[in-house]
Amino acid sequence: MGLMSFFAPRVPKGVYGLMAEYDGPDTLLEACKAVRDAGYKKTDSFSPFPIHGMEEALGLPESKVGKIAILFSFTGASIALLMQWWTGAEGYPLIVGGKPLFAFEPSIPITFELTVLLSAFSSVALMLALNGLPRFNHPVFGAKNFDRVGDDRFMLLIEKSDPKFDETATRQLLEATHPKSTQVVESN
Amino acid sequence: MATTATLPQINKPLAQELNPSLVEGNLSYHEVTEQVCEIVEGAVHRNWYIGFAISFSIFLMMVGMLGYQLFTGVGVWGNNAPVAWAWDITNFVFWIGIGHAGTLISAVLFLFRQKWRTSINRAAEAMTLFAVACAAIYPVMHTGRPWRTYWLFPVPNLDLNMWQNFRSPLMWDVFAISTYGSVSAVFWYMGLIPDLATLRDRAAVAGKHTRAMILGVFSLGWRFSARHWTNYEKMYLLLAAISTPLVLSVHSIVSFDFATSVIPGWHTTIFPPYFVAGAVFSGFAMVQTLLLVTRWALGLENLITSKHLDNMNKIILATGMIVGYAYATEFFIAWYSANQYERFVFFNRAFGPYWWAYALMVSCNVLSPQIFWVKSLRTNVIVTFIMSIFVNIGMWFERFVIIASSLHRDFMPSSWGYFQPSYVDICTFIGTFGFFMTLFLLFLRFIPCIALSEVKGAMAAQAHLPGHEPVKGTTPVHAGGHH
Repeated sequence: MGLMSFFAPRVPKGVYGLMAEYDGPDTLLEACKAVRDAGYKKTDSFSPFPIHGMEEALGLPESKVGKIAILFSFTGASIALLMQWWTGAEGYPLIVGGKPLFAFEPSIPITFELTVLLSAFSSVALMLALNGLPRFNHPVFGAKNFDRVGDDRFMLLIEKSDPKFDETATRQLLEATHPKSTQVVESN
Repeated sequence: MATTATLPQINKPLAQELNPSLVEGNLSYHEVTEQVCEIVEGAVHRNWYIGFAISFSIFLMMVGMLGYQLFTGVGVWGNNAPVAWAWDITNFVFWIGIGHAGTLISAVLFLFRQKWRTSINRAAEAMTLFAVACAAIYPVMHTGRPWRTYWLFPVPNLDLNMWQNFRSPLMWDVFAISTYGSVSAVFWYMGLIPDLATLRDRAAVAGKHTRAMILGVFSLGWRFSARHWTNYEKMYLLLAAISTPLVLSVHSIVSFDFATSVIPGWHTTIFPPYFVAGAVFSGFAMVQTLLLVTRWALGLENLITSKHLDNMNKIILATGMIVGYAYATEFFIAWYSANQYERFVFFNRAFGPYWWAYALMVSCNVLSPQIFWVKSLRTNVIVTFIMSIFVNIGMWFERFVIIASSLHRDFMPSSWGYFQPSYVDICTFIGTFGFFMTLFLLFLRFIPCIALSEVKGAMAAQAHLPGHEPVKGTTPVHAGGHH
């Protein structure tokens, strides 16, 4: 049982998937390619640092964080301009130093800052949302040696929910990639 | 885990790993984890307690001074007409400027793929956050009623009954500083998440359940998944790309506080780039000061290598010359403008009552960094430390010269004056250093000061370079074959 298991388990008990452990990023990458070429889709790998080329090796789509975040940056700019125009020209019009109540030139700094603020915060929020984090409980936390992935372990998971998953055949495929060990991950 | 071993011995191999010329030392990933985690998990170094006791005492003095000011009034500071902005704004600009090096190292050097940043970026980012916290004290306390700070923001409320004047550069400053502070905090925290998860798992293995629980909450349940890393890397790249123009905008906007006024000596278009260069210059000097103190306090002499000092001293030399060029340009334009007030301000700056501050500024900022043309001086620890203090002093005086010398002799000689700080000014300023160092020492003790996942990623990347061996304990795979 993993350490983060302080939320009520939701996944029904049983096999969650098969996990293989490798000694480094290179061997893990090769194994991922083999599993991808065998047609598995519900896969994931675990490593202490992001591995160059892993997206391609696992057949992962490009991250959507950037494309969605740009919408938020436009939102930030619009909010800033609307706020400065409305408060200065409509909500509390006050002539200071003969300046116009609203103009684009003095509005640039705050517009820029709010654009940056919303882009940054939305990038972070999108990363967390797309990753489904924070999530304190997950079946992989129960896997043997998983508490050392943050240190120096490299693991590959094939989920049972994959249509091609077959406990014997999938295990044979994983064994052919020369892992240090393989194990069954239980649902929690 | 060798908890009894002393830190310098433990970190020596890591230092070799981080130094490109010594990568053949070949550490395993596990050894790197052990060495970095040892600092936050092992016994506290005696020097840390000494440093913390000193810093915390100075911090308490600041708390006392701010309390006295709060109950008595802003008049306990020395500012008065004609120098209505004095040490408070000087110190504000000084601390904000210091923060800039942290963002520059974490964002700009990341975009330029400068691998040497990996061992110093987290400490430099932490420095940014703490410097912004120190800076924020001044405008907030100068309002006289800090509990009304929300009036600075467009928060609908029932007691102000008006909206802020967004045409004022002071409002731009509010947005620039608060955006800078919060984006830097998020950037720093996001970089921390994988390392906090590593610490969490180590605590769980060691049976420290409360510690594992706390770290588990802060690491947001991170599980090192490749699907997560994809989004994480994209997010990190975006934050770096966003922070780069942000850091340039912040000190530009700070300079607008002065440049948009009609005070001779302030009303110049050179201010934004001049302030940004000065900020990077002073920030790198503070990074040098801090890293050298850190080496001492944690016994990390072998971790922060002469390569780091060399690179940072080159940046100090370059930005110092930009600042020197700006000083010269200001004088030329004052003469060339044929405006008698401009000419008077700059003549008065160099030869008036504040000539000593101007002389100190030029000698610390322009003349003394010239010694860094010599490589042996760039890599010398003692010289670097002394120079970093010189630059810190010089850059503080730059802000003081700009603010006090421009204000003290205005258009009307009848209202001329001479600013002198009160003891509250002086003790509060010294106190901010205590505040800064207290936060920094707590950071060193409780958070891994080296970005573990980044260093390991750099090791893996390096193993593929020609002439480098694979990381110890891993099996390399050559293109086209397996084993």
